[in-house]
Amino acid sequence: MSYPAPHAVPHIPRSGAVAARATALSKVYGQGETRVAALDSVSVEFRRAEFTAIMGPSGSGKSTLMHCMAGLDTISSGSTRIGDVELGSLGDRQLTALRRDRIGFVFQAFNLLPTLSALENITLPMDIAGRKPDPQWLQQVVATLGLSGRLAHRPSQLSGGQQQRVAVARALTAQPEIIFADEPTGNLDSRSGAELLGFLHESVRALQQTVVMVTHDAVAASYADRVVFLADGRIVDELREPTADAVLDRMRRLPGGNPRTPAFDAKGRTS
Amino acid sequence: MFRTALRNLLAHKTRLMMTALAVLLGTAFVSGTLVFSDSVGSAFRDRMSKSLDDVAVSVTAGGGRPGTDAKDERPLDDRVVDSVRALPGVAAVRPSVSGAAVIADKRNNPAGSEWGSTGANYVPGPNGKDSRYPIVKGRGPAAEGEIVLDAGTAGKTGAEVGGTVRLAVDGPVMTKKLVGIARTDDPRVSAGGSLALFDTATAQKLFGKPGEFSELVVSATPGTDQRKLTAEVRRVLPQSFEAQSGKQLAATESRMIDEQTSSIRKTLLVFAGISLFVGVFIIANTFTMLIAQRSREIALLRAVGASRRQVVRSVLIEAGLLGLAASAAGFVLGLGVATGLRSVLNATGASLPDGPLVVEPTAVLTALGVGVVVTVLAAWLPSRKAARIAPVEALAAIDQAPAPRGLVLRNSLGAALTGLGVATMLYVTTFKNSSGLQYAMAGSVLTLAGVIVLAPLLSRPFVHLFGRLAIRLSGVSGKLARQNALRNPRRTAATASALMIGLTLITGLTVAAVSADRGMDKMGPQDLTADYKVSSSSYRGLSPEIARTLAGQPGVDAAVGLRTTGFQTDGHPSLALATDVAAIAEVAHVRMVGGSLSDVRGTSAVAVSETFAKDRGLKAGATLPMSFYDGRKAAPRVVAVYRDNDVLSSVLTAPALVDPHMDKVRDDQVLLKAAPGRAKDLPAKIKETLGGNPLVKVQSQDDLRRADAGNIDDILYLMYGLLGMAVVIAVIGVVNTLAMSVFERTREIGMLRAIGLDRREVKRMVRLESVMIAMFGAVLGVGAGVFLAWSGGHLLRSSFPQYQMVVPWGRITVFLLLALAVGVLAALWPARRAAKLDTLEAIGAQ
Repeated sequence: MSYPAPHAVPHIPRSGAVAARATALSKVYGQGETRVAALDSVSVEFRRAEFTAIMGPSGSGKSTLMHCMAGLDTISSGSTRIGDVELGSLGDRQLTALRRDRIGFVFQAFNLLPTLSALENITLPMDIAGRKPDPQWLQQVVATLGLSGRLAHRPSQLSGGQQQRVAVARALTAQPEIIFADEPTGNLDSRSGAELLGFLHESVRALQQTVVMVTHDAVAASYADRVVFLADGRIVDELREPTADAVLDRMRRLPGGNPRTPAFDAKGRTS
Repeated sequence: MFRTALRNLLAHKTRLMMTALAVLLGTAFVSGTLVFSDSVGSAFRDRMSKSLDDVAVSVTAGGGRPGTDAKDERPLDDRVVDSVRALPGVAAVRPSVSGAAVIADKRNNPAGSEWGSTGANYVPGPNGKDSRYPIVKGRGPAAEGEIVLDAGTAGKTGAEVGGTVRLAVDGPVMTKKLVGIARTDDPRVSAGGSLALFDTATAQKLFGKPGEFSELVVSATPGTDQRKLTAEVRRVLPQSFEAQSGKQLAATESRMIDEQTSSIRKTLLVFAGISLFVGVFIIANTFTMLIAQRSREIALLRAVGASRRQVVRSVLIEAGLLGLAASAAGFVLGLGVATGLRSVLNATGASLPDGPLVVEPTAVLTALGVGVVVTVLAAWLPSRKAARIAPVEALAAIDQAPAPRGLVLRNSLGAALTGLGVATMLYVTTFKNSSGLQYAMAGSVLTLAGVIVLAPLLSRPFVHLFGRLAIRLSGVSGKLARQNALRNPRRTAATASALMIGLTLITGLTVAAVSADRGMDKMGPQDLTADYKVSSSSYRGLSPEIARTLAGQPGVDAAVGLRTTGFQTDGHPSLALATDVAAIAEVAHVRMVGGSLSDVRGTSAVAVSETFAKDRGLKAGATLPMSFYDGRKAAPRVVAVYRDNDVLSSVLTAPALVDPHMDKVRDDQVLLKAAPGRAKDLPAKIKETLGGNPLVKVQSQDDLRRADAGNIDDILYLMYGLLGMAVVIAVIGVVNTLAMSVFERTREIGMLRAIGLDRREVKRMVRLESVMIAMFGAVLGVGAGVFLAWSGGHLLRSSFPQYQMVVPWGRITVFLLLALAVGVLAALWPARRAAKLDTLEAIGAQ
């Protein structure tokens, strides 16, 4: 299986439209003495058809940022939008429907229902919505991710890398406006991890997807078009067209930045 | 290991709550039964010792004593009483006479139950009072026109002290003046009977012969030897009376009490056992799930050096502690159950005395022991699974779902058991009487055990089928629910089996009861076309005048008196029914085989039933030799033959033939046909016409049918109540399974919520799984129950030929709907928990 090396061709997003945006987003835990600001007035935009990595050391708030922007967590102040929808104004039902219809997710672990086949897992969000998947698109996604021969398998019959690819296929098939991936390579060996990142990269390039990925692996981040650096709940830096070395270099300069080697990191977890 | 077990127990309090509740309810039933039977026994004994306190010798009518050949038919009169009184050591003699006295309530119906309407004489002691019947209001009866009643009966008659009471002993209505209210602890009265007290002369006239008694109670002076005194009393008694010492009496009664309480205890313990057995499934399920959830912990213990045996022991200690805690709580609840059982059983007609709860140490120990043993035994199989966990599993990076173990062995065993059970039950259908009972029991147990073992296999097609419906109704929630129910067939099956056991028994009993009920209907007076049957509770019957009086009443189309006389023909005893033959067709459906009833006239013509004709070889025109019990004979001609008929007997005659041979001409019953539209208000009018005699019974066709069926329903509802506990425990099992499954699937649910399943759909998913499990159990139970009742019913064919298997679809539908409701209810809490899970936490959960 081959996939394009990152940045062989500089990528220019086709449209400058904003897929998701946070404005002065704060997330505070506790009160008084025990008050901790996980996010401190963060403003950030993710553009359509762009692959963004959010990086930062443990406790920097990168997962919290993703959870808040994806409608999985509530915010303390500020605002978050997916497309033109302000999340703060939505109730649980509407948020659920928004996640279902407009957002795709890839988690670090436990992405699939063990009782459903790979194909059933892939079409699950559409089943929930009561929609039929576009068969052509489904076939293209399955083929792109190299899952054609695996569709009838149960997750327990798939390797870790295959399971994550099924999760990516699930996120892609519903054609959401944005995909959030939380340490998608965290549980994978480096080869499977590289493969998966290649697919995410390709989905942005060829399928015009918008992907936001949280990671603390510099090599993983180097597959993105843009890297946003977070430390102590603030955005402290940003890098376009990153290389692994450039990312590592920036990380070292971050407060509390102490990036571990990718090989070690492959099994580490942030949250 | 003990500390690990204790820690585990405390750490998983909520998860074990439902299991503890199941054990608690089971042991509550057991200890409730034990405390209840101990208390009832003690209350009976208490009452007995009180009533036998000063009984040295009791004299009752009894078979002739051996050894005395001389015929001695002296009555038990004042002379005998005086000679007993004169014996040395006798302190006092209480002579009594008693019988049935029916008191009329406000509507001229009997105030007491048929068997509990007692009358007796009031025996004033030296102080003018009878210590056996303390008067609480007014005074004792002293003259012929006076009566004393117990408070309950007095209330039903509506009479105050000073008012009049109507009553009948075995004949016409009498009116007496109520002079007092007496207290009694006679169990027959507390169970719905009535007590009437008269002065001795009146009681003798009513219940015996003037001057004669039916019973003596002798009390002795202190220091008298009861045995010697009994022997001496016996010597002065007439031969037809028997003397027993107070101690003998106490021993006899004590034995009867023991028998009675131990039979109640055994019956209740069967139901308690069923509840515990159902609990076993829940305990086993819980420990299986706990061990699966904890496999990494257990592997770690093994990795750091715990032996297999230690791991197993830790699980069993945990089960033992759980059982101990739950059964201790269960015992406390059992005290409440014991109190409840008394009122439940009393409501269905048992007359159990009041008394304090008696807690014997054996009851405490049994309840605790049973709770612990059942819990540990149920956890034994799961604990062996814990032993199989390899230490290396602690190091596995990702939780790997354990490969599902094959069901091949289990299915083969289940198929064998079920096959054997079904074959045995089919063999039972070849029996015609209860000689096949043992086979039926063995077959039922085998069938049930087989179905339980086979349940995981059976769950698949059922869940698939039901899942299709669920998916059509609620889309993806239904699909997820189906997959969840299929995920672990053993768990689904064990949970459903618990429900199945209760439902099998309930369905089986219902089918049997409804079928028996239908059979009873058939036994009822099919050939009766009359609207009412008028009869008398007294053996003296109704005067023929009554039929004539009733026939003349407005609203009555026909009133036909029927009387029966015994006779012998060629030495065979038989019965002849005499009536107004011309009118019989108005009140009964008579079909003729030959001849005409209009020829049955006078003293020389009779009609006979088809069977009687066949048995006796009679044809129309033949002569029927009849010898009556007054010694005279007759030889009428058979002029007609009718189909067998349950209103008419074997021989139908005109009154002229049999009346001369009757001691006293009395109708057994008067059959009554109402004028169109007048049927409703007739019973009250008939009673009024007949002087408000409480002995006169007016029964509609329905009353006649229901007289027996009512009883079956009572017993059936009692069974429902006793099996209710097993069903409640099974429902707790469903809650338990769902709650633990939700816990296990926390991350899945979190993921589903993240990718767009909303709270309602999560709830629906849990609820549908619950309904699938409950319905699976219900369908298995109903199926097994119907099958067992069908095959077992064959044993009744000879003793109850009218019994015919009826499938009560209405009730079965109700059971299935209830199972549906149970599924929805059981899911309430687990579904709420699942829906309330915090998405982020759930995804991060280990």
